[in-house]
Amino acid sequence: MTLSLNGIVGRGEFERMLDISVADGEVLAITGPNGSGKSTVIHTIAGLIPLRSGKLQSDDTTWDEPATNTWIASENRTCAVVFQDIRLFAHMSVISNVAYGLRARGVRKDEALSRSETLLARVGLTSFSNRRPNDISGGERQRVALARALVLEPRVLLLDEPLSAVDAASRSGLHELLPELLAGFAGSTVLVSHDPADVEALASATIGL
Amino acid sequence: MKQRTSPSLKVIAGIAAAFIALPLLSILVRTPWSDLGDMLSQKSTRQALTISLQTSVIAALISCLFGVPLAWLLARSRTRGLSALRVVCITPMVLPPVVGGIALLTAFGRQGLVGRFLYDWWDVSLPFTRTAVVMAQVFVAMPFLVLAVEASFRQSDKGLEEAARTMGASPSRVFFTIALPAARPAIIAGLALAWARSLGEFGASITFAGSFPGRTQTLPMAVYELVSVDYRLSLVLSLVLIFISVAVLAAMRDRWMVGR
Repeated sequence: MTLSLNGIVGRGEFERMLDISVADGEVLAITGPNGSGKSTVIHTIAGLIPLRSGKLQSDDTTWDEPATNTWIASENRTCAVVFQDIRLFAHMSVISNVAYGLRARGVRKDEALSRSETLLARVGLTSFSNRRPNDISGGERQRVALARALVLEPRVLLLDEPLSAVDAASRSGLHELLPELLAGFAGSTVLVSHDPADVEALASATIGL
Repeated sequence: MKQRTSPSLKVIAGIAAAFIALPLLSILVRTPWSDLGDMLSQKSTRQALTISLQTSVIAALISCLFGVPLAWLLARSRTRGLSALRVVCITPMVLPPVVGGIALLTAFGRQGLVGRFLYDWWDVSLPFTRTAVVMAQVFVAMPFLVLAVEASFRQSDKGLEEAARTMGASPSRVFFTIALPAARPAIIAGLALAWARSLGEFGASITFAGSFPGRTQTLPMAVYELVSVDYRLSLVLSLVLIFISVAVLAAMRDRWMVGR
């Protein structure tokens, strides 16, 4: 069992009991209408919000368990996030965005850059290295965000509405790319989406909020 | 769409603008332009100008070095009592500068709270030195930088910092690679403000550092001392200060807009 969360997630007034587990290679989809707390689940797993109670663990490591005061900080969790609002660093080039996490985790600069180049090629952005996030299309930014998450080779991949922020034209391209990327991903994936078609195409299991 | 302004408002606004512009223009009119070169090359003038530039640049840099982390703390820390700390830190902005000078003497003078030990243990006496000039300038100028930069940190996108953390960046790495670049326009604006304020500093410096020509006398002090002795020379030095101030404003005009 790679990722398991059994407890209460919450932010502000919102609170929700949850019991999920995601095995290696599995894609769990969390669905529900806007405001049902889907992003809160993602942020809790990523360590941006603490659990209200219960336990969150990945492999044999406990990430968050309020009862025992166990807390692994966000930067030390082996998970990567593709945020709903993408969140690329506008003051850095595309390649620096992708290499950022590797550099932060102590990978040498030339190795970080070459691994980032490889990932950019995999998402179809071969000659985009020196472009700026603000100079590329929404679909291309989404691809950079995917590359930025996958390059870290995380155990847990968190995708928050990975297809919602892009226009229809680049959407179709991503519809082919995303299943391909997920098929090649060894860890557990949690996917948040309000679109039944996306869930159908990507997920191996589904829960509704 | 163009908005029409009422004529009476225009008149009042005109009076306000004239009240500010007229004294500045008067200096331009009364400046002895023919003797300008001679007066500027006088030793006392050059000394005061050099001390002013040197101390104000150092004060602005120190304000930046210490003020930016302080602004970050004020903007992001959730420690209790922080609002009280903020009030203390920006007090020099509204404090009469001469009171600031007295306060510095009380803390760092030979008999001062801290200064006593500096003097007893290491034979260090701060008042009436050029270091004292810089200290007085930092005291009055740093709050301007802190306020400008803190506002920028507050408005900056926390989502980007979160993203950086999920990618493995430590809090200090997030600060240096994400938060600091985002605040750059505000830091530059704050530096300019702090420098301009340091350059014009008078009350706190003359109280804490005195006005010794060639040692602690800055341009504003020289202007003040010359008014009754050599009015024409004080006009020339005033002109220099006006020129530098206007130049700072002109150079920073675009930065202000970014900062807003």
